[in-house]
Parts: sequence; structure tokens; C-alpha cells
Amino acid sequence: MNWPVIIPMLVFLVIIFFIGIWSSRKTAASGDGFIQDYFLGGRELGGFVLAMTMVATYGSASSFLGGPGTAYTMGFGWILLAMSQVVTGYFVLMILGKKFAILARRYNAITLVDFLKMRYQSTAVVLLSAFAIIVFLFSAMAAQWIGGARLVESLTGISYNTALFIFAISVLVYVTIGGFRAVAVTDAVQGAVMVVGTFVLLVAVIIAGGGIPNIIGDLVSENPNLITPYGNEGNLSKAYVSSFWILVGVGVVGLPQIAVRSMSYKSSVSMHRALIIGTIVTGIIMLNMHLIGVFARPILPGIEVGDTVIPLISMEVLPAWLAGIVLAAPMAAIMSTVDSLLILVSSTVVKDVYLNYIKPDASMKTVKRASFGVTAVLGIIVYMLALNPPDLLIFLNLFAFGGLEAAFIWPIVMGLYWKYSNKYGAIASMIMGISSYVGLHFYNQANGNLFGLHTVALPVLLSFLAFVGGSLAFERKAHSFKQARKEQLKHEYATEE
Amino acid sequence: MKGMEENEDWRFKVANREALIGIALAIFNFIWWFGFAYGLGSRPVEEYTYVFGLPSWFFYSCIVGFITIAILVILVVRFFFKEVPFTEEGDEV
Repeated sequence: MNWPVIIPMLVFLVIIFFIGIWSSRKTAASGDGFIQDYFLGGRELGGFVLAMTMVATYGSASSFLGGPGTAYTMGFGWILLAMSQVVTGYFVLMILGKKFAILARRYNAITLVDFLKMRYQSTAVVLLSAFAIIVFLFSAMAAQWIGGARLVESLTGISYNTALFIFAISVLVYVTIGGFRAVAVTDAVQGAVMVVGTFVLLVAVIIAGGGIPNIIGDLVSENPNLITPYGNEGNLSKAYVSSFWILVGVGVVGLPQIAVRSMSYKSSVSMHRALIIGTIVTGIIMLNMHLIGVFARPILPGIEVGDTVIPLISMEVLPAWLAGIVLAAPMAAIMSTVDSLLILVSSTVVKDVYLNYIKPDASMKTVKRASFGVTAVLGIIVYMLALNPPDLLIFLNLFAFGGLEAAFIWPIVMGLYWKYSNKYGAIASMIMGISSYVGLHFYNQANGNLFGLHTVALPVLLSFLAFVGGSLAFERKAHSFKQARKEQLKHEYATEE
Repeated sequence: MKGMEENEDWRFKVANREALIGIALAIFNFIWWFGFAYGLGSRPVEEYTYVFGLPSWFFYSCIVGFITIAILVILVVRFFFKEVPFTEEGDEV
């Protein structure tokens, strides 16, 4: 057992746990608005917390373990690819931005599905989107849990299964108790840990490698391709790397866990602040983590499982106690991603399926019990799945991301900005997005990437065409948000009478 | 979008404008990133130049590019983004 590393991490987990309890007190105190509070933190996030929760949700195991691990193998080309994520820092909030925040409040939407339900007034849209969220986010969660357990495993030397168990317990206890606010607030703490941690580690790695020119020299003498934009074997094509601008860049607008954060902030001032902080923090973390991955290569050659590069290099170049604190960063990232996915899937089950269709008149007490229960049960199921994990974490994770993006990007964005958007377009777009994504995934696996692009690119295009086609072909009618508002108010008065 | 102007919520106009700014920034960001990376990085490795020990394509594309975008975001938010209320009292203004 590597106690000097483990103790700082344990301290970190305990602190996080107490923040969870503290936040849950706040939830309990506000009584009536339990659902809004548990799943959305009462829509009162400030700028810093909002930015950090966005970054932490997004900067998942893929960017903290898988990403640097791949950079270790591929060299600078993979850092170039990773830097396409900086765009998410501002793009998501600028696009969804104020219109989404206003409409989410007007519709009283707690989840992305609520928003789609009100905009498109269609049961099929609700069920399809709930289905997509549950299926795809399950694979994303499994990937994150595997990452977390790997980290604990490589730190402590205990077996993967035990590590997974420890990880699962800490996540579950904390999410079940705290809800969205706990997740968001601790994301802020964890985000700060990540920024500081990556800086410390990067500096230590550069010193251990004898300075940047020295490290670059070592890389060139091993394989000059490592410092080109084309990857270690020269097979990272321009088209492939650029298509990551859709997958991890602009397409992130379509991710439900990101969209739900865009309805949780307090005011346009907090949104403005979050835009700036989010962009800077994303850039710093991505740049540092991937540079560390590449720079680790001459220092610790021959690492085979990419996910272990960051833990191993930290323990190599830092004193044990500091490695423990720094490694809390990827731990933090993984935990916060898992937490937010868990909250999201459970809100989909409770709010979008159970309350909409199974028991609309459930009492507050039942809803409360269902929320805690569903969250816990979901966690246990993911744990079971993660017990027998596939090797390539990052691709499993990206599969889920791409599928969700192809399904949701157009129903969200076009629903906001194109007045002819209607439910036929949304349904066509979701079906087209998911089916072409899954189909193309298997085609690409068998035959290599079609047109040299990442799997996500074409389905996003196809689902756009399906959206426009579907909307124009059936019941074409310009949507007026004002008219919809009037009808909503009329309906509300009628039910109050 | 014609014909919408007279009866659509004023806050949505602000939102539309800001969304367009977002798209413009993303396009600029992509061109900068792509241009420097492949413009300077496609030469044979022996002809590479280095800035602070890093390959110049990487330095300009990823590091300078990131700093430029961060500054642009700050400027754009400060000078072009409007504060609007999110609650429905803002509706009737």
C-alpha cells in the first residue's frame, strides 16, 4: 500500500463528502421545490460555479486519463486535437445562451427533455430522447467508472474490483445525498484543484525531463513524427483531427449534461462570467494535461496501458504527498463527471418518465424517495457493468458522446432558432442521428473511417438534413414563442380554476 | 426570420445576435488553429523552427491561439454582450 499517496486523496474525498452533506442541508431546507433543487440546484448558480461545473462535467476521464495517455503514444498531434475543446468554453453558452435560459424558466423545465417536450409538444419526442439519454449515458458512465477504478488501482496497488467498489461507494453516497447543487458546488472545488494540479505536475515533468528543448530532442531522436501534427505513425489526417471540432468542440451543444447546466444559472451576469472563466480554464487544463502526457514519454518510456500514464508520471516526478494531492485532480474530474451523469440519468427516469407517464400525481414524499432510490439503483447497475470493462476507455466514452450529439444537437439548436422546427423534424433528426451513428460506427470499425472523418461528422450532417426535411414536409407552420406563451398561460389559468 | 421582428421578444434578438457572435468566434478559432498547425507543421521535421523549445506550429496554433481566443472572448463579452432579465417580468418590456 502506498500510504503517502493515499492519505491526501482520502482527505480530499472526505472533504468532498462533507460538502455534499452541507449542500443537502440546503436542499432539505427549501422543502417545496425539491425537484427543481435536487436536479437543478434551484437555478441559482453563479458564474464561477457554472463555469467550473461545465468544465468538470466535460473534462472527464477521457481528458484526464485517456487523452494524456493517447498523447503519450501519438505525440503533439494529439494535443492539437485536444485543443479543439477550447471552443466549448464559449460556444455552448453563446449558442444556447440567453434564449435557452429564458425559455427553460418559462417552460419550468428541469431537464433537457422538459424543454423538448414543451417546444415540440410530442410524446414521441419525450420518449425517444429519454431513451437516448438513458442508453448512451449508461455507456459514458461505465467508461468513467472504469477510469476512476483504474486510477485507484494504479495508485494503491489494490485489485481493480476492490478499487471499483471503493470508487462506487464514494460516488453513490455523495450524489444520493447531495443532488445537483452538491455536484455543482463540489465541481467548483474540484475544478480549482484540477487547474492548480495540472500546473504543478507540468512544471515537475519539465524539470524531471531536463527542460523543454531537452525533452523535444529526446522525442525527435526516438521518432520525429512525435512532434508533427500527424501522429506517431503519420496517420492522424487533417480531416480526422478537424472532425474532432464537431465531436468535442461545437457538437457539445447537443450533450444533455451540458445543456442542463445552461438552464441552471442565476442571471446573465453569471453567464457572462462563466463564458470567460470556462474558456480560460478549459484551455489551461487541456493544454497542460496533454503536454504532460507527451512530455512523460522520454521520462518513463514503455508504458503500455495509456490510462496509467498520468498516475505513474505523477508518482515518478513528485514527492509522494504532493502526488496524492495532484492526483486528486483526475479523481476530481472523474467523480464530478460521474456525479453529473448519474444525476442526469436519474432525473430522466424520475422526472421525464415516471412523473410524465407513470404517476403524474405522485406526492412530494414519493418523488423524493424515488429520486434517491433511482439514483442509488442506477449507480449499482453501472457498477456491475464496470466490473468487466473493455480496454479502450476513450473510445467507449466518445461513442456515447457522439451518439447523443447526433441525436440532440438539432432538436435543441433548431428548436431555439428556426421557427419552422416541429416535432416531425425533431423525431426524424433523432432517429436519423442515432441510427446513422451506430451504423457508421460499425462500418468504420470494419472498413476504416469513411472520408477519413471521425464517426460523428456525417451523422450530424444527416440528422440536420432529416430535421429540415421532416419539419418542412409535415405540417409546416411558423412557430411563435409568443403565441406558445399565451397558450401556456391560458392552460395554466384553466387548471388553476 | 422576416416578419418575426414586430412581435418577438426583444430579449430573443439579443440572444440571436450573441449566438451569431459565437459562431463567428468559433470559425475564427478554427481557421487560426488549422492554419498555423498545418501551415507550419507540414514541413519535414528537420526544417522545424522552435519557440521556447516547442515546435513553432504548435506554439502558434495551440498556445498563442488559445491566448488570442481567450482575449477575444473577454472583449466580446465586455463590449457586445447585453444583460437581460431571465424571468417573465422581462416579457412585457
